[in-house]
Amino acid sequence: MSGHSTYEPKSNVSKWFDERLPVVRLMHDSFVAFPTPRNLNYLWTFGGILVFCLVAQLVTGIILAMHYVPNDQMAFNSVQHIKRDVNYGWLIQPMHAVGASMFFLAVYIHIFRGLYYGSYKAPREVLWILGVFILLAMMATGFLGYTLPWGQMSFWGATVITNLFSSLDGVIPGLGTAIVTWLWGGFSVGNATLNRFFSLHYLLPFVIFGLVILHVWALHVAGQNNPTGLEIKQPADAVPMYPYAVTKDVFGMFVFLIPFAYFVFFMPDWLGHADNYTPADPLVTPPHIVPEWYFLPFYAILRAIPSKLGGVIAMVSAIVILVFVPWLDTSRVRSCKYRPIFKWCFWAFAFTCLALGYLGAMPAEEPYITWARIFTFLYFAFFLLAMPIVGILETPSKLPRSIMESVLGKPGSTGGHMPAGASAAPEKR
Amino acid sequence: MKIISSLAAAAALAAAVLVVPVHAEEHHFEYERQKWTFGGFWGQYDKDQLQRGFQIYQQVCANCHGLSRVNFRNLVQKGGPEFPEASVKELAANWPNKPLAGPNDDGAIADKKGNLLTRPALLSDPILGPYRNDKEAKAAQNGALPPDLSVIAKARDVHNDGIWYVHFAKMGRDVFNGYQEGGPDYIFNLLTNYAEPPAGFKLGDGLNYNKAFPGNQIAMVPPLSADNVIKYADGKGTFEENAHDISAFLAWAADPALNERKAMGWQVMLYLLITCVLLYAGKKQVWNRIPH
Ligand code: HEC
Ligand code: HEM
Repeated sequence: MSGHSTYEPKSNVSKWFDERLPVVRLMHDSFVAFPTPRNLNYLWTFGGILVFCLVAQLVTGIILAMHYVPNDQMAFNSVQHIKRDVNYGWLIQPMHAVGASMFFLAVYIHIFRGLYYGSYKAPREVLWILGVFILLAMMATGFLGYTLPWGQMSFWGATVITNLFSSLDGVIPGLGTAIVTWLWGGFSVGNATLNRFFSLHYLLPFVIFGLVILHVWALHVAGQNNPTGLEIKQPADAVPMYPYAVTKDVFGMFVFLIPFAYFVFFMPDWLGHADNYTPADPLVTPPHIVPEWYFLPFYAILRAIPSKLGGVIAMVSAIVILVFVPWLDTSRVRSCKYRPIFKWCFWAFAFTCLALGYLGAMPAEEPYITWARIFTFLYFAFFLLAMPIVGILETPSKLPRSIMESVLGKPGSTGGHMPAGASAAPEKR
Repeated sequence: MKIISSLAAAAALAAAVLVVPVHAEEHHFEYERQKWTFGGFWGQYDKDQLQRGFQIYQQVCANCHGLSRVNFRNLVQKGGPEFPEASVKELAANWPNKPLAGPNDDGAIADKKGNLLTRPALLSDPILGPYRNDKEAKAAQNGALPPDLSVIAKARDVHNDGIWYVHFAKMGRDVFNGYQEGGPDYIFNLLTNYAEPPAGFKLGDGLNYNKAFPGNQIAMVPPLSADNVIKYADGKGTFEENAHDISAFLAWAADPALNERKAMGWQVMLYLLITCVLLYAGKKQVWNRIPH
């Protein structure tokens, strides 16, 4: 998609500038003239929504950091001070807290979109893997941020999760404990831990920002996938990003803002846990320590494995396995629309993730443990069994010859391209 | 292919039979949800109720509990009890639990008799409880700690029990109704569910039986009772009203911006809805130019 530029500077000034730093040209080619498939549905608006979420978190977060105090004696009260005394603090604080949840909601929809339409397949592997890195960085940021209010869940969540490293003692005795002490900056989660967590929580979103720039770059090299999984093969398959994709994206974003605002204004605490309004107390363990909802499926996998080290490995694998998805899936066809069997595996997988989320919120006892094991198995079976095997055995249904044909329901001028263009093999451009 | 379809079948089966028996916790209690003026989407605090609630706090709860994240000036602010400023000034000046004044100009923190130096509270001071720290509180309360009440209404919730689908149904209902009053509902139930322990129940030393408290044994003696109703300025008041009013007051103490937030929430929602309609119309216009 790169190479040919349609940007024409209008004034002498912009011409002068364009010859020296063609940044306006870059923006024009990337976000105005950029060809987008004409058949994108609203699931494709989530990329733009995610950019909005990231910027919103940065803006609200920077304001919060102006008033927040990263000190174990003062952190809890400083958040209360923000909500009670800072101008519009009562609005900024829940925007950031609810915003984190909405960010994860959007990113999960975005990922499932990619899984359903095979957006991870060639030539978009690097784009997809950058996405996985973004997800990891988001999770780290979310975890670090949740410790900052220094309530009971903050403290005990941080204790439980950092303690996972001590499972490495089973590999090299003393190694895990040494790492945990190093992470804590002491012999328990305390002031030193809170300080470094704040520092890193401020840093990581900028790392995410950098990753997002690479992600969008990779997207603009490979071009967007679309519901048919077919490549853009003729000019009629695409429309310029402005105004077509842009008007759709902006509308989608405003629709997304409705549930966002609903939670911020009417149920700001609903997505959190009441225990986090009790100041951290190292001497009192809460009866149920649960992470934020967006970590629950992984928490369920962690607890499903009887050994601690095994649980940690399973939990990490559950995310890292996404990196290998482009090669685990053996199908020629991208989109689940044309994959009669894999489509059902996809929905079973989506259900599995929801079930794991529920089980992660339940106490670690029967019958939940058994169910968590069953669903952990199904989780990995999707990647390790369904993806490779179904891809080989399944007969895809008939593909339209082009994007245009799928839109019009009749053949467009396909310009002599073969329908096999839907295959994931990189095409010569 | 067989493996896959059987996997998918297993998942579907799992969905069908995942009827998890109700989690056998030792504590089971149906919290009775109350009607609150500040509940739901249009809810706002009733300032008269907050004033009555403050009276209960002052006369009863303040004997053991602090309210240290609330300042006296907050009692004057809009969206709260909105007491007249002069009366709150006087209230602060006479508040028995005074802020520390030491070290003074001579560097002393206590007077000659060894009492810590204190000064009368100002509007900008927090509403302090009777104890200087947790240790003193525990010593006075048989080893139990009466928690600071300023965020207690957010630190407690009424849980959604039930089999998984009931659990999800209740979650859906709460989101749909904008239910955020778990805290005051819990406090109301706590205050009104002291009872005689059932036969055979072994009550710990200095503990009281309470049906709403997890574990059923609470160190707090019943602070309100039907025999000792607090009468309001108009000479009226019942036990239930006492419990309601203090719960509402504590809800305000934990969330003093609620009035402003909900009022603005409607403006924002309206703005978003109208903008969505306009954006959709615009988007349609643009896309109508081409087949799609
Ligand atoms: C005689 C002292 C005393 C008085 C008066 C008192 N409390 Fe308490 N309260 C306590 C103690 C002690 C605890 C700790 C109980 C425990 O942990 O078992 C407590 C705990 C609580 C809790 C927390 C319960 C929980 O879920 O952990 C609430 C809420 C509460 N009190 C509300 C009130 C209210 C409202 C009033 C006034 C109507 C009040 N208290 C009056 C001593 C008192
Ligand atoms: C901070 C988080 C993220 C941001 C801001 C972001 C942003 C974007 C944007 C703007 C697009 C193009 C619009 C679209 O197709 O929806 C996009 C596409 C894509 N993203 Fe992300 N993304 C994020 C996280 C992720 C994650 C975690 C993954 C997967 C693990 C992922 C995978 C993809 C893929 C595969 C595409 C191309 C999809 C296609 O064109 O069909 N992204 N992303």
